[in-house]
Amino acid sequence: MKKNNLLKNSGVQSLIASLICIIIGLFVGYIALLIINAEGAGKAIVTLIKNFLYYPSKPAQLKYLGNTLVKTAPLLMCALSVLFANKAGLFNIGAAGQYVVGAGACLYLALALKMPWWVCLLGAIVAGALLGALSGLLKTAFNVNEVISCIMFNWISLYCVNMLLANVKESTSPYTLPLKANNASALLPDLGLGAFFTKNNYVTIAIPLAVITAVAIWVLLEKTKLGYELKATGNNKNAAKYAGMKENRNIILTMAIAGALAGMAAALLYLTGYEQWSTSQSSVPGMGFNGIAAAFLGGLNPIGAIFSSYFIQHITAGGAYVDKTMYCAQVSDFICALIIYLCGFVLFMKTAMNRSITKREEKAAAKNKEGGNA
Amino acid sequence: MENYAVEMLHITKRFPGIIANDDITIQLRKGEIHALLGENGAGKSTLMSVLFGLYQPEEGEIHVEGKKVDIRNPNDANDLGIGMVHQHFKLVECFSVLDNIILGVEPVKGAFLDKDQARGKVEELSKRYGLQVDLDAKIEDITVGMQQRTEILKMLYRDNDILIFDEPTAVLTPQEISELMQIMHNLAAEGKSILFISHKLAEIMEVADRCSVLRKGKYIGTVETKDVTPADLSRMMVGRDVKAKVDKEDAKPTEVVLDVKGMSVASKRHKKNAVNNVSFQVRRGEIVCIAGIDGNGQTELVYGLSGLEPLSAGTISMCGKDITKLPIRKRSIMGMSHIPEDRHKHGLVLDYSLEDNIVLQRYFEPEFTSPLGFLKRKNIRAYAERLIEQFDVRSGQGPITITRAMSGGNQQKAIIAREIDKKPELLIAVQPTRGLDVGAIEYIHKQLVEQRDAGKGVLLVSLELDEVMNVSDRILVIFEGEIVGEFDPKKVTVEELGLYMAGAKREGKA
Ligand SMILES: Nc1ncnc2c1ncn2[C@@H]1O[C@H](COP(=O)(O)OP(=O)(O)OP(=O)(O)O)[C@@H](O)[C@H]1O
Ligand SMILES: [Mg+2]
Repeated sequence: MKKNNLLKNSGVQSLIASLICIIIGLFVGYIALLIINAEGAGKAIVTLIKNFLYYPSKPAQLKYLGNTLVKTAPLLMCALSVLFANKAGLFNIGAAGQYVVGAGACLYLALALKMPWWVCLLGAIVAGALLGALSGLLKTAFNVNEVISCIMFNWISLYCVNMLLANVKESTSPYTLPLKANNASALLPDLGLGAFFTKNNYVTIAIPLAVITAVAIWVLLEKTKLGYELKATGNNKNAAKYAGMKENRNIILTMAIAGALAGMAAALLYLTGYEQWSTSQSSVPGMGFNGIAAAFLGGLNPIGAIFSSYFIQHITAGGAYVDKTMYCAQVSDFICALIIYLCGFVLFMKTAMNRSITKREEKAAAKNKEGGNA
Repeated sequence: MENYAVEMLHITKRFPGIIANDDITIQLRKGEIHALLGENGAGKSTLMSVLFGLYQPEEGEIHVEGKKVDIRNPNDANDLGIGMVHQHFKLVECFSVLDNIILGVEPVKGAFLDKDQARGKVEELSKRYGLQVDLDAKIEDITVGMQQRTEILKMLYRDNDILIFDEPTAVLTPQEISELMQIMHNLAAEGKSILFISHKLAEIMEVADRCSVLRKGKYIGTVETKDVTPADLSRMMVGRDVKAKVDKEDAKPTEVVLDVKGMSVASKRHKKNAVNNVSFQVRRGEIVCIAGIDGNGQTELVYGLSGLEPLSAGTISMCGKDITKLPIRKRSIMGMSHIPEDRHKHGLVLDYSLEDNIVLQRYFEPEFTSPLGFLKRKNIRAYAERLIEQFDVRSGQGPITITRAMSGGNQQKAIIAREIDKKPELLIAVQPTRGLDVGAIEYIHKQLVEQRDAGKGVLLVSLELDEVMNVSDRILVIFEGEIVGEFDPKKVTVEELGLYMAGAKREGKA
C-alpha cells in the first residue's frame, strides 16, 4: 500500500519516468552504434556514459568533470527558460535566439567596450529579456504565435550577432578575441572554485549561480503571487482574466523573464572564456534547443532540471571520447541527440506508467476479492 | 427472473479520501427511464462513469442483458451499446457538429472519409427524434442546447440502446427541457433504456418511471415515481424537509449601486449588437432579476458589466462612480462580485487546488500575500477551511483537492462561497444554482436574500422561471438584447412573463 502511494506521487513518477527514458535512450543509442559498426559499440556506449572517468588519474578526472559542469550551467539556464515559459502556457522555442543575443551582448561589452564582468552579465540578461519581451509583445498586440516569432528571431539574432561580433574577432580566424588576453576583467570570478577541479580556470561562479537561479525560479513559481498568476494564466487564461489578472502584461513578463534566463545562460558560458564565438556559424547554437529536452527530462521542475541538465551535458561531453577511428566525429553528436530526443518522452512515459499502476491495482483488488470469496 | 438491460451490483469505488460509491446496486429495466437522484457529491456521476468504463470499481460487478461484463474503457461500453452524455460536454470546439458526431466511427470508402453517408444517417436520426442541429456549424458557435443535441445524436449514431444522461437539463432553457423530455419519452418508447441524472424533482416526476436515491455514496432506495411526491424524494435525498420557497420580507431598496445607461455590447455571432441600448438600475437592498430565454444577450450583458468585454456604447456606474472603462480588477476591488455563467471557462482554474481557487479573487490582498510578493500559505489554508465548512463544499481531500476531481455541484458551491464572502456591494449572479441539489439551492437562495438584507445590491441572471419568481424583487425581461418589460414578481404570472420572453409582447418605450 505504502509503496503504491509513493508510486502515485507525481514527483516520484517524474523521476522514474525520466530514468526510464534515459535507459531507453541509451539502449536505442547502443543499437544505432551496433548498426554503424558492431565491433566498437559496447565500448563506445560505455565511453559515453563514463565521460570524464575515461581518464585514469583522479586529477584529470576532476578537471574534466569541471569542464562538464562549465557547460552544464548554461544548459541549466536554458532549461529554466523553457520550463518557466511553459508554466505560463507558452512554448519558448526562442531560448536559442535569446541565448544568441545574450552571447552577442556580453562579448561585445567585454571586447569592444572593455566592461567588467558584471556589466557584461547584466547586458546579456537585458538583451535576452528584451528579445523575449518582443515575442511576448507580438503575441499580445498582434496575436502572433510565440513559436513562430521565436523561430524567426532565432535566425535574425544569429546573423545580427555574427555581424556585430565580426568587429571583435581575431583577424585570421572567425573566432572572437580570447577574453583573457583582451579584457581579463570580463572573466567571471572563480572565488577559488577552480582549485577543487585541479586548477580548472573555467570553473567560476557561473555554476553556483545557475543552481541558485534554479532554486530561485522554483521559489518564484511555487511560493509567490507572481507564480500563482502565471500558472493560472497558463492553465486557464479565461479564468485568469476573469480574476482580473493582467493577461497581456503577464505574457510579456513571462517571455521577458524566460529571455533573461536564456540570455544569462550565454553569459555564464562565454564569460568563463571556455569558448569563443564563431562569427561564421550558420546554424543557431544547440544550447537553447537542448534546454527544451533538459526541461522535459527534468519533469518541468526547476530542481529536476539541475539533474537533467547535468546528465545531458555529461553524455554530450562523453561523446568527445568515443573512438574516432571506428566512428566518424558526428556519430557521438548523433547518439547524444538520439538520447536527448527520447528524453522528451518523459510526459508520455508518466501517463503510461499511471495507467499500468491503476491496472495493477485493480488486478490486485480483484484477486483479493476472489481470495476472500474462496 | 426479470429481464434487466443493466444491473450494477454492489459497486464500490474509492477516491483518495472518499468512498464515492459504497456498495451500490442499481437495476435498469428494459425500456424504462430510470432517474438517479442525490445531493452534490453523492456519487451519481461516478457511478455512471463506472458503467461507461471511465472508472474501474474496486468491488462489484456489472451485468448487461443478464451477462456479466467487464467494461474497461468507453470503447467496451460502446460495444455493449452503452452511450453517455456527460455533465460537462466532451465535444471538440473547433470541429463541426457532423465531425463531432462521427468522430471515432467515421465511415470510410476505400481510404477516404465517406461523409455523405454519415450525413444521411445523422439527418435521418435528427428528423426521427426531433433533434434539430446545424450539422456544419462549429461547436464553439452554437448554443449549449444545440451542443447537447449533438451529444445525443452522437449516442444515437452509435446505435446505443442504453443511454446515460448526466444532468442534461442543467444547462437547458425551459423550452429545451420540455423538448428533451419528449425526446426521452420517444427513445424509451422505442425500447431504449435510459439512466437520467437530475436535481430537478419536477423533471424526474414527469419523465422517469423509477428513481433511485444516493446519499453520500450510499444507496438509499428505489421508488416508483407514481407512488411518491416530490417532497418524499427530497426527504429521501437530503434526509430532511426542504423548503421550496424562500422566506423573505419585502425589499426596502435604498440608494443606487449600479446604474447602467444606454449600454450596448457588440455580438461575436452576428453583426448586430448582442446588447442594445439597455438602461436599468440596481439599488441596495433589492434583488433584480434579468429573465429571458438563453441567448438573448444575458451573457454579453454580464460580460460588459464585469469588464470581460468592452462596451460599444453607454456608461456603467457603480456606487456613484463611472466604471465604464475600469479594468476587471478595479471593479472587483470596488465591490463587484461575479458568479460566472460557465464555471469551467471562467470560474475555476481546474488544475489548481480548491484553496487556490477559493482565493482566486483575493490572493493579492495583504491577508494572503506579503509585501515582498510571497503567498501566505497558512492564511490561505485557514481561509479556505472556513469557507469550505461554512458553505459545506464537499470534496475528497479538503483544501488540497484538485478542483477537477470535485463534483460539479461542489465546484459551483466553491465559486459561490468565494464570491459571496468577498463582501461585495454588488453581487452579479449568473445561473448561480445551476447543477445544485435542492438543499444547496435552498441555502444559496437564502444567501442571496441575506446579501440583500445586508444592504447589498443583487443582480440575478436566471433562465429558470421558478427561481426568477421565487427570489427576485423586481424582474427585467430581456429579449434580443433589449429590456422589453419590468415587473413585480407578485403581480405578474409566469404566462405573462413567458409572452414577453418570447418577444410576443413588449412594453411601449417611454
Ligand atoms: N476523479 C476523481 N478523483 C478524486 N475524487 C473524485 C473524482 N471524481 C469524483 N470524485 C469525488 O467523488 C465524490 C462523488 O463525485 P460525483 O462527481 O460522482 O458526484 P455527483 O453525485 O455527480 O455530484 P454533482 O451533483 O455535484 O454532480 C465527490 O466527493 C468527488 O469529490
Ligand atoms: Mg455529477
